Amino acid sequence: MTVSTTTTAGPASAAQGAAGTARLVLLHTKFQFLETVRIPIAVIGNLLFPTLAVFFFVVPQPAAQEIPAVATAMVGQLAMFAVMSTFLFSFGTGVAEDRAQPFEPYVRTLPAGAGPRMAGRLINGCIFALMALVPLVLVGWFLTAAEVTVPVLLLAAALILVIGAPFLMLGLAIGYSLSAKAALAVVQVVLFPLAFAGGLFMPAELFPEWLDRFSQFLPSRAGRELLIQVLTGSEAYPLALPVLLAWGALFTALAVMAYRKDQGRRFH
Amino acid sequence: MEPLISVRSVTRRFGDVVALDDVSLEVGAGEMVGLLGPNGAGKTTLLSLVNGQRKPDAGVVRLFGADPRKPAARAMLGTTPQETGLPPTLKVGEVVDFVAGHYADPMPRGELLERFDLAGLAGRQTGGLSGGQKRRLAVALSLVGRPRLVLLDEPTTGLDVEGRRALWQALRDYHADGATIVLTSHYLEEVEALAQRVVVIGGGRVLADDALPAVLDRVSVRRVALTAQVPASELLRLPGVVDIGDGPADTSREAVTGSADAVAAAATVADTLPAGSRYSLLVSDSDAFVRALVASGLPFSGLEVRGASLEEAFLTLTHHHTTTRDAAPEPAFAASAGDSESHGEGK
Repeated sequence: MTVSTTTTAGPASAAQGAAGTARLVLLHTKFQFLETVRIPIAVIGNLLFPTLAVFFFVVPQPAAQEIPAVATAMVGQLAMFAVMSTFLFSFGTGVAEDRAQPFEPYVRTLPAGAGPRMAGRLINGCIFALMALVPLVLVGWFLTAAEVTVPVLLLAAALILVIGAPFLMLGLAIGYSLSAKAALAVVQVVLFPLAFAGGLFMPAELFPEWLDRFSQFLPSRAGRELLIQVLTGSEAYPLALPVLLAWGALFTALAVMAYRKDQGRRFH
Repeated sequence: MEPLISVRSVTRRFGDVVALDDVSLEVGAGEMVGLLGPNGAGKTTLLSLVNGQRKPDAGVVRLFGADPRKPAARAMLGTTPQETGLPPTLKVGEVVDFVAGHYADPMPRGELLERFDLAGLAGRQTGGLSGGQKRRLAVALSLVGRPRLVLLDEPTTGLDVEGRRALWQALRDYHADGATIVLTSHYLEEVEALAQRVVVIGGGRVLADDALPAVLDRVSVRRVALTAQVPASELLRLPGVVDIGDGPADTSREAVTGSADAVAAAATVADTLPAGSRYSLLVSDSDAFVRALVASGLPFSGLEVRGASLEEAFLTLTHHHTTTRDAAPEPAFAASAGDSESHGEGK
């Protein structure tokens, strides 16, 4: 036996270290991406819905054709919806579905920790969220009066992922605590009321007084205002940032709890 | 030299169920070990401790001398997903590349697919493969990283005879290259074909750990069925009777529960069976039993002799285990179980 003389885990160190980790993250990202894009309807559905919403609800409005700031805000709030929806679906439903696959326990026996798989998941969520914004921005740009400079657009694209982070965490919390079927239902029940009450479909300025007041305590409303501030420069209400951070902290705590419980149950 | 796998006094529970009870096992370089045991014996749990998926409640598990839950310890380990567990939208080549990407010196994709008779399927989505192809791919994945240690859980379940033999050959070839292989199976035939050393697990314990021929000797029991106009206790006096029941269905249940209960249960059945029943006995040497049966002059009819299933065979080991380990401290059982003294060694 020639092999038996080699000492323990020598080549392992080659796969470790920062370069090794980066390579593994890339590997997991790539194959998770391939897995998802092979189901085109999942991708197209994700791209289409917010864009269609702009096309039918924003484009025909006279204000969207005449007042650039209003048009920009309206496109912006649907962009917020697109990111929120992608995060909730890909982390809520997606994670719940993956957990049901026997391939996941197998992947855990490969010489990589849970880190690269999770990182790949987060990166893919961001990629699909940004992809959903492309047709939406194009419709807004060509068919409405929306106006934004390129640097502001790029800044907003980066910030929208940060502003969307609480929804990412909410998605993970749902995905790690429920079965795939239950997760799908819960995501839908959470997504649409939160989007509506947060002023992502109908501008919050048109809300009755009580709904407007209530809305300001929702993460969707806070995210919308902060995004519009970046896009148009119109000041968000003072509580927007604290509200978003508070929900972010709560959802993160829920996500961590759900993740630990799930890992403990399956791999302890 | 350090063993590749070292399991020391490991206990693992799932709720109230004790899946592994104080198990110790070492596997050295170059070995080909078969883990044999009925469903629920603890084989898969043992593998999941060694491959780092789970951790023991008590005891120590070492893989290449390190904690298997650390990724670095698994750098030279190959395992296999369940056949149904391949991502259906990924192509065969992509799944291979994905797994290969985790290892320092993977096998080229072409060579791997060739070894497992999957050449030409690299561009096919795994969801479109036949059951046998999926199974072969699953086992192939365990070798992508040229691991020094391969753990295979029921590698050939669901394959036809031809596919099974081809897979065995691929594993023998890989073992001949210097690797260590540990596989679980509930097919005795599979373990006979591959393993040099056999570890029998039942009820969460190691019941036997020996070279293949030695274990084969101990599990080579036969099932004898006959109709006789005598109480069961008469049959229990004949040589080599390991178990008796009024139907084959009984024994599998006892095989699973194992331990002292099986002996007591067998004795109780013997007491309650009416004379003239159809009996089904498990005997260690059917030739000797039949000779003694005829010589005894007991009236019988409808004699059948057949090979026992592996589950049935494990009964002999559980009984052995029971007599050596548990019988002494529990005299109450012998007292309450009436006929048990005639059962023991079948004198």
